[in-house]
Parts: sequence; C-alpha cells; structure tokens
Amino acid sequence: MTSIFRSEEMALCQLFLSSETAYNCVSELGEIGLVQFRDLNPDVNAFQKKFVHEIRRCEEMERKLRYLETEAEKDDIEIVDQGDNPEAPQPREMIDFEATFEKLENELREVNTNAETLKKNFLELTELKYVLEASQVFFAERDTEPSSNLSQNLLPAEEGPTQGPVQLGFVAGVIERSRMAMFERMLWRVCRGNAFVRRQDIPTPLPDPLTGQDLNKIVFLIFFQGEQLKVKVKKICEGCRSTLYPCPETAAERKEMIDGVKNRLEDLNTVLSQTNDHRHRVLVAAAKHLRVWFIKVRKIKGIYFTLNKFNFDVTNKCLIAEAWIPEIDLTRIKMALCKGAERSGSTMEPILNRMDTRTQPPTFHRRNRFTSGFQNLIDAYAICTYREINPGLFTTTTFPFLFAIMFGDCGHGIIMALFALYLVVKEKAIIAAKSKAEIFNMLFAGRYIILLMGLFSIYTGFIYNDVFSKSFNIFGSRFHVGNISRTAVLQDHKTQFMLNPADPTDYEATPYPMGMDPIWQLSLNKITFQNSFKMKISVIVGIIHMTFGIVLSFLNYRHFKKTIDIVFQFIPQIIFLMGLFGYLCFLVVYKWFNYSGLNDSPFLGHLKKIIATVKILTCTPNQYNVQVTLILICLIMVPILLLPKPLILKKQHEKRMKLRSRESHAYEQDIGEPEEEEEKFEFSEVFIHQAIHTIEFVLGCISHTASYLRLWALSLAHAQLSEVLWMMIFRIVKYGNRVYNGVSNLRRLVLLNYSNFSGYGRFVSILTHSSITLISFIRWSSAQNSCMVKGTLLSPSVLSILLMLKMSKYIRTDFTSTSDDKTVHILSRYHYPDIKKMILDIIYIPNQII
Amino acid sequence: MGMKFCGPKYSLCCGLTSAWGIIQLILMGVFFKIRSPALIEDLHIPEEAHHNQTTYLEAMNDSYDLIGTNCFIAAALYAGTLVVCSWQFWLNLKS
Repeated sequence: MTSIFRSEEMALCQLFLSSETAYNCVSELGEIGLVQFRDLNPDVNAFQKKFVHEIRRCEEMERKLRYLETEAEKDDIEIVDQGDNPEAPQPREMIDFEATFEKLENELREVNTNAETLKKNFLELTELKYVLEASQVFFAERDTEPSSNLSQNLLPAEEGPTQGPVQLGFVAGVIERSRMAMFERMLWRVCRGNAFVRRQDIPTPLPDPLTGQDLNKIVFLIFFQGEQLKVKVKKICEGCRSTLYPCPETAAERKEMIDGVKNRLEDLNTVLSQTNDHRHRVLVAAAKHLRVWFIKVRKIKGIYFTLNKFNFDVTNKCLIAEAWIPEIDLTRIKMALCKGAERSGSTMEPILNRMDTRTQPPTFHRRNRFTSGFQNLIDAYAICTYREINPGLFTTTTFPFLFAIMFGDCGHGIIMALFALYLVVKEKAIIAAKSKAEIFNMLFAGRYIILLMGLFSIYTGFIYNDVFSKSFNIFGSRFHVGNISRTAVLQDHKTQFMLNPADPTDYEATPYPMGMDPIWQLSLNKITFQNSFKMKISVIVGIIHMTFGIVLSFLNYRHFKKTIDIVFQFIPQIIFLMGLFGYLCFLVVYKWFNYSGLNDSPFLGHLKKIIATVKILTCTPNQYNVQVTLILICLIMVPILLLPKPLILKKQHEKRMKLRSRESHAYEQDIGEPEEEEEKFEFSEVFIHQAIHTIEFVLGCISHTASYLRLWALSLAHAQLSEVLWMMIFRIVKYGNRVYNGVSNLRRLVLLNYSNFSGYGRFVSILTHSSITLISFIRWSSAQNSCMVKGTLLSPSVLSILLMLKMSKYIRTDFTSTSDDKTVHILSRYHYPDIKKMILDIIYIPNQII
Repeated sequence: MGMKFCGPKYSLCCGLTSAWGIIQLILMGVFFKIRSPALIEDLHIPEEAHHNQTTYLEAMNDSYDLIGTNCFIAAALYAGTLVVCSWQFWLNLKS
C-alpha cells in the first residue's frame, strides 16, 4: 500500500520488445496506465516518424466517425454511451474497421445526394403543378368570357393559332414573391408595354433547395406577340432568376399533364420517404456502436504515438523503449508485458531491464477521488521535487479547517455540507451525465473539499456559537443580571448597563464550557470583545501552521541527508520564529490562563506594548531580562542563517574538485575527458541565493503572521453579514397596537404576514412578488387568449404594483422602524374584515392614503 | 391537468427556496413559542408597556406568541408555494 506522504520511488527501465509483440504490450501497458515513456526520437520530424502512416489512417477513420456523428445528430438520433471501456483492437482488425467506416460513409453520402436530387425534382414538379393549375384557371376564364373587350382585343378566337391576324405566345413560370414587382416593371419597360402578365400566388411556401428555408412564390403567365419579344421575355426571365415551365396550349393536354405530374409527385413522395427511412435505419445502426468505435480508434492512435517514441535497434528486429515506472509496480508491469506477448503469439519474451541513472525521476503521487481535489490545489502552486514530503496530504485537513475558521457559522455550514453531500452521493450519475457547464464542473471537481469545509464550518460555528447570527444556549449562560445590574435597570432606568465579571452575581466564576457564551450575541460590545479574541486566535493558529512548515522542512533535510541545512538553516529558523513569535503566543496564552476579571488590570493592552517596544512596562520583574535575551538571540540567528552555509558549500566543492583532479591525473593516459559532468560552482551566486533566502525568511515571518489575521477579518465579515441578513430580511414586521386573534382577522394577518419583512425588505419582496406575478401572467397569457382569465390574473399583479408604489412613498426616506409604524397605522385605520374590499379601496381611493 | 406558467429552472429554484423557507420558518416559530432569549431583539413591545413590570412581561409574552404564530402561518404559505412549484416542476418533467 502506497502513501502520499512522499512521492513514489521511480525506476528507469529499458524495455526490449520484438516488433510483433510491441503493439500488444503497449496496449496492455496503456490499460494499466502507470508507465511514462521517454521520447527517444525527439529531434525527428513528425512526418518522418516510423508509424506516421498508421496514424494518418487513424485520423481518416476519426474524420469518418465525426461525419457519422454529425449526420446522426442532424436526425436527432441519440448516441448511446454505455460507459464500457473496450480494448484496442489488433492491427489487422484496423483494416476491417476502415472498410466498415468507408462503406458507411459512402452509403450515407449517396443517400444524401439522392435525397437532394429527389427534393429538387419534387420542388420542380410541385411548381409545375401550380403553374398548370394557374394556367388552367386563366384559360378557363378566357374561355368563359368571350365577349369581354379586353380579351377580344388581345386574344384570337378559340384554338386557332394560325387563324386571325394576331398570334399570342405565352410563357409560364414561377418566381419568388420578393422579385415579382421588379420583374414586372422590367418586363413593362423592356417590352414597351407589349407584354401582358397574369399572376397568381402559390398558397403554401415552398422550400428553397439551397438554403432549406421556405419561400413564397408566384406563378406568372406572360403573353406576348412575335418571336423577338419572346426572346426578350425569356432573357428577362432568366435574368430575374425565375424558372420557366413548358405549358401546353390545349386544355386536354394540360389536363393530361396535370394528371401525369400528380402521379409523379406521389411516386416521388414515396421514394423520398423510403430514402429517409433508409438513411435513418443506417444511422441508428451506426449510432449504437459509435462511442465504442471512437474509443477504439483513439486507443489505436495512442498506441502508435507511443510506438513512435521507441528506438529500433541495430538488427531492426527489436524495439527499445525507456520508461519511468514506480518501483512497487514493477512486477505488475512485467506480468502485463508477458500477457501482451502471449496475445501476440510471439516466442520472444519481452525484457524489462532496470537502469541506473543520475537524472532526477519524475514525481508521482497516487491519487483517489478524495485526494485528487486537494492534490490539484497544491500542484497549482508547484509540483513537489522527487521524494519530497507532499503538502497535499496535510492540505486535506488544513485547507478546510482554515476556511472554517473564516466561515464560522453552523447554519451556513449545514447548507454547504448538504449541498456537497448531494454531489458526493450522486457522483456516478453526474459523471455519466457529462455536463458542459464549466462552473458546475469546477464545483463538482471540488466536492470533497466543499464537504469537508462544510463539516468543519459546523464545528467552528459551534465554537463561535453562531447559527444564522443567533446563538445556542446549551450549557446555560454564565452571565446573569445580578443585584447591582438589577437596581440600575429597574430603579435608575438605565437603558445600557455593563455586567461586571468580578461580581459573583453577575458572572459565575467558571466560563462557558465550550464555545462563546451565548449572551455575547445580544450584547452591544460583542464586536470589541470578539475582535481581540479572534485576532489572537488567528495569530496563534498562524504561528502553529508556520512552525509546522519549518518542521516539515527539517524532515526533508533529514531524508536527503543534508546536515548543513539542518544545522545552519532549520535550527536558526526555528529559534528565530519561536523566540519572537512563539514568545508572543506564549504571553497571550499565559494571560488567558492566569488572569481573570478580578486581577486583570496590569495586562490590559500588554500585547501592544510588547509589539511596540520591548523595554517598556512589564508585569513581572524578570520579564524584561527574558525579553532582551530573546531579542539578542534572534538577532544573532540572522547572520547564522546568512553566512556559514555558502562558505561551507564552497569548501566542499573545492574538496571535490581536488579529489577529482587527483584521480584524473592518475588516469590521464587512459581517459581523455572526465566522465562525470562538470560541476559549476559560482560562489557569488550561492551567496546571493542564501542572502535572498535569509531576507525572505525574516520578512516572511512577519508578513505571513500578519496575513493570518485574515482569519479574523473574514470571520468578522461573515458574522456581520449574517447579522445584517437577519435584521434586514428576517426581522418580523411590527404592527399596530392591537393583538389580533380570531379567524376573522386571519385574512388581514395573511396579507401582512406574507410580506413579513420590514422596511427595505418589504419593498424588495413586494417588488419581486409583483414582477414575478406579472411575468408569469405575461408568459401564460401569451399561450392563452381568454379575456376573462386575463382579467382575474391581471388584478393581483396590478394591485401588488400599486401596493408597492404606495409603500415606496413611505419607505423612500427611511429604512428604520418609524416608517413601518406609519405604514401600519394607516393600513389599520381601515378596519376591513375582508381583503378584497380593502384592496379595491386602495385602487379607487388613492388620495386618501397619500 | 393544467397549464405550465413556470419553466423548469424557475420552478426548481422556487421549490428549493420554499423548502428552505418551510424548515426555517417552522424552526423559528418553535423557537419563538418556547420564548428563546436569543430572539429578544425581534419582539415588538409598545412604548406604554415599558413603564410597568407586569405589563412589560405580558406584552413580551404576547409578542413572542404572536410572532410565533406568524411564522407558522408563513410556513404554511410557503408550503402552498412548494405545492404549486412541485406541480409545475412535475409538469415540466413530463413534457
């Protein structure tokens, strides 16, 4: 079992795989997911890598799959995701996949093109049908009115193209309604008024084949005389993008044509619907496997990417790979390799060879659902170095706890914990739903963090004794109204009085066992008291946290066996921190334990005095000497932090160089260059580095301690905000001088209760109520058309708006209780047993209220 | 059956608020009825009652009871709102 206290031990291994087994072994290793391969071909161009063809094939397959996906989505077919994890298929199966995808894609494209042609034909036939019908109507009119002047002048007698002096030709076609006016004008101008147009609307809009939108079209018939006009007319028709249809002249031919067209339309309809059905069936069959195919293709691609990182050895038979593997998992990886070799049916066993190396291994922390949130938080700052203590482990507690100190409210903590609990319990369902909302995904990724924050907040809320800004009285408050206070209030009629903790009738000698005494919530000097208390707590927590950090650094130095660091870094740091700030905390705690209300006076404001100067007013005679000694010791620690370490490092480096040069002198003949890397040692760099560290530490001590005061600041802000929430929103409205009882007044109670906020809160509530009523009324009535219903719904929204307007007159100037009384008195002046009458009076007699 | 006049998100949001409102108002009503001193600043005691001890106590007790009743009534109103919102939510789920 591994722990996340330190990062895991990694081993650099070499794998020798034969070409047949390589694919399967990499597939097995990929399923386990514990190996990090090093790229042995970093400077090779992407297009010259060994498996570039296979990767290209994979990308082709992915493109086809994406095309299938978009087509399926167009038809609203649901692509099922069962959440299963198939293994990568064998390389020879890749060809089968390719063939399947190719076939599917071609089929789909064919079907799509067919559907398009069919739709175009359908459109043409429909338009032709309309044209024929319209011309039927026109010619029928002409036939039934032989005596009309207009037709006599223009048209010859029936059915006689060669008889008579005038021969009229005509063309029929269809044009978009938006172009009709322009078309007619153009015809008129070009033909100099010698063409006659009749038109008729097509009742239903027809879909445009290019855009797919529905367009309104008009059937037109143009009558003209002579060949030249015909040519002109035809040109104009083409120019205005209308479609011409051949229309026979005789009625019988027309009728035949109409029947033919109708038949063809029916046939086309059937063919079209069958094509759509076929397409749908193909897509449904494909959609079932689509997810699995995506996963398989992606796995194949991943395997080939990994294979590209390998090296071919000299004989070109073996692939060599270098990988980082956690030491604990070496056996597991070996088994996976054997399994892969077995599956590929090769006789050569894969070889795993451990290498020794000086390079620093990568950091690997094994995570689970719980720790991954916290580990992500820490990794955002920096990844730990190899085998360093992992702060992520401690963050699981310190992060939520420090949050809880700032949050400190039982009620809000319960709500937070319930929300996070819901997320945690419904984990699997929410992961499967794959929501795209980014903020929700962020919240979901941190669900364990939020859960812990909520639970710890419940605890700190209990300690601060704060539930939605009210306090619990579980153990009995230790403050009472004693003799002196009682006389002051009852006889001297004081409105404020301070209970004296020295007086045994006012305060029992023992404090409230756990948490803040509940009486503090009701007192006027709550903030003054709690400020001092919370500030001291924050500083103490901060010092403990920082000391903990320094102790962790000691553990790191011990693990990496750096004695210099222990002696010349850890020890001075601890002494400095404890000497100054630890002493501060000690004094705070000493005062808390040893001084009570009775003997408190000498220590008032002592902390300020300590921080300001060390020398003034101390309480015990030896304290002065102690404080001066501590300051001197801390001052000495600073140069100890600064100077010795660089000098010692320099000496060590010189010793090493001397040793190496002695060795290389001995072997000068045999070895041309020293095998190990040249160690660079710049004294000035090391010294500056150490100076920066020292200054950072000293200044950091002070600034970080001060920054822990945010624990106090935010908890104060939170407490005050919840108090404001209570006062402004939840405070029950005060009303009238009468105590209302009895059901007859229940209705009045109802009206005033439903808006049971005061002042500003009431304004907001009425505004929201009326706007919500109005909005919901509008949404609902847009679907309905009944006036009676509208009327009944209109009145509440209107009246609530009126009420709001009326009330706002009173609320505008003052948000305190005086305005409440005024409003209330006025409403109660009208003793209405029934709300409707009161409301109607408000609407009809507004002046009286103003 | 009926018309929906609320969308799914609105009905869910109002439903949750109503549920919270019911729980909080019932608890508040209970705390007022048992005369919890933490809520003493929320009482309404008229000016005249301040001068006599017995009248003050009476007024205080009356105020506690009254506000407690108010809270229960408001909780009942929110229960009504919850019913309406759940009905709308159910209608939205079905369609």
